[in-house]
Amino acid sequence: MNDYLKLEKIAKSIRKNVIDMIYKASSGHPGGALSIVDVLTYLYFEEMNVDVQNPKLENRDRLVLSKGHACAALYAVLSEKGFLSKDELSKFRKIDSILQGHPDMKYIPGVDMSSGSLGQGISASIGMALAGKMDKRDYRVYCIVGDGEIEEGEVWEAAMSASHYKLDNFCLIVDNNNLQIDGEISKVMNSYPINEKFKAFGFNVIDIDGHNFSEIDNAFKMAKTNKEKPTAIIAKTIKGKGVSFMENEADWHGKAPNEEQYSIAMKEFKSE
Amino acid sequence: MNFNEKKATRQSFGEALEKLGKEKKNIVVLTADLSVTTKTSLFEASFPERFFNMGIAEQNMLGVSAGMATCNKIPFVSTFAVFATGRAYDQIRNSICYPKLNVKICGTHAGITVGEDGATHQMLEDINLMRALPNMKIICPCDDVETKWAIREASEIDGPVYIRLCRYATPKIYDDNKNFSFGKGVQIGDGTVATIFATGVTVPEALIAQEKLKAEGINVRVVDIHTIKPIDKELIIKCAKETNKLISVEDHSIIGGLGSAISDVLTEEYPKKLVKIGINDTFGKSGKAGELLEYFGLTSKYIIEEVKK
Repeated sequence: MNDYLKLEKIAKSIRKNVIDMIYKASSGHPGGALSIVDVLTYLYFEEMNVDVQNPKLENRDRLVLSKGHACAALYAVLSEKGFLSKDELSKFRKIDSILQGHPDMKYIPGVDMSSGSLGQGISASIGMALAGKMDKRDYRVYCIVGDGEIEEGEVWEAAMSASHYKLDNFCLIVDNNNLQIDGEISKVMNSYPINEKFKAFGFNVIDIDGHNFSEIDNAFKMAKTNKEKPTAIIAKTIKGKGVSFMENEADWHGKAPNEEQYSIAMKEFKSE
Repeated sequence: MNFNEKKATRQSFGEALEKLGKEKKNIVVLTADLSVTTKTSLFEASFPERFFNMGIAEQNMLGVSAGMATCNKIPFVSTFAVFATGRAYDQIRNSICYPKLNVKICGTHAGITVGEDGATHQMLEDINLMRALPNMKIICPCDDVETKWAIREASEIDGPVYIRLCRYATPKIYDDNKNFSFGKGVQIGDGTVATIFATGVTVPEALIAQEKLKAEGINVRVVDIHTIKPIDKELIIKCAKETNKLISVEDHSIIGGLGSAISDVLTEEYPKKLVKIGINDTFGKSGKAGELLEYFGLTSKYIIEEVKK
């Protein structure tokens, strides 16, 4: 499909903005933001029914970024989509900005749920999916959790409830970049095998390469045809994807690049 | 006060919720395997399509309710006060209060009057925890009439409300047509010897004390603080000015509860001594509710002693 080229271009621009925002803020979480850019790009530019003019549209599709620390990616996507100005992006995490360090639904247009305390976004998104079923609406609810985040017990309480209530309008994406703050997830607290766990919790599970738009595309299309069960897309990703020195480095979970690192990253975005 | 008509506020809550469900179609009810105990089974029987049993998973339940609230539902979430406000505190903080979502948290079985289940189930810090949260409002009703008002009032408020309910049956204190105002305490009597501030199950104890003291020619007033946050500053200052002694009595820790909330007002507005009767920095224990009220010194007898000191 020709569209993938377009999506790849958008994703690159978003990655550049993510680094730019975090550099200007002198703080933020580049690793886990970069790993989820492709999935977010696909969702907002191919999949989700959202309206920039009416961010609270009742029948819109919803997205909850449960791994709220990766919000630089969400804000950059929302800006690319037209919900936020580029000027606002440059004020990320600053005292006079609506762009809080973690998503704040009260003031940021296009943000469907406040998040930041790990494990909570998945519950909120299940509430949205249940409300959709109750009101017989056809909107879908997407939720992105990290592979470290699923160490939180609440994630499994939530997973149980999603399949109990047969929420086929709910699609969970696990950003499986394999790293959490203190290192590899298998060393810190092993959450593998992730796919088997969600299968056991009653999910329709799809394993994909989270940076391959063709696979991303197929997965979300399959998710929509699936009935009576929630879907979990396990997206194998690279933490820090797109910036050579950040890739697969746990150290880049939550720090900003210095001036030199910033200019190297910017050069990489230009040369690719 | 009618001792022949005793009812637990959790029962009144269940009845009021079912009634409200008929009027407001966007009310949904969630519980964590406690539908019968929290009396939400009454709502379930009438509106099964708007009732969600979330199993023994309180954190998820509070989070789910937050998500529902973003879709214009008014979730009433019920479980024991200890699990609602303790186990799911972070969900209440980050998923409900921070985004100011319209969730009503109904904590039943608050206080030592839970009785035989003992310390693990007797929540004595819930007011403290909820009071500290921005955007949260707290109502602690004392009888059937006030509870029914509280449930309706909570449904009218846009934003999170914590409603503190009890298992222990309390006498009917108010007439059916009594008007309450959110954020305004109810002053009963105008004695000037002392003001006894009470909330929830301690209101009847304060009223018994008032009656007994009156028989001895000692006139005190009772103030029912049903809304703990925002608290009725005006009435507290007025009573501090008009009465000699100030006493608060609550089935809650004296750290951070009703007494503390009153102290906060007094300290800033009209410095005056307040004697706080409550659970004195300790856990509860098993026993009958009445015995426990006596054991922990929350009955009229101890209020009278304090007035006479």
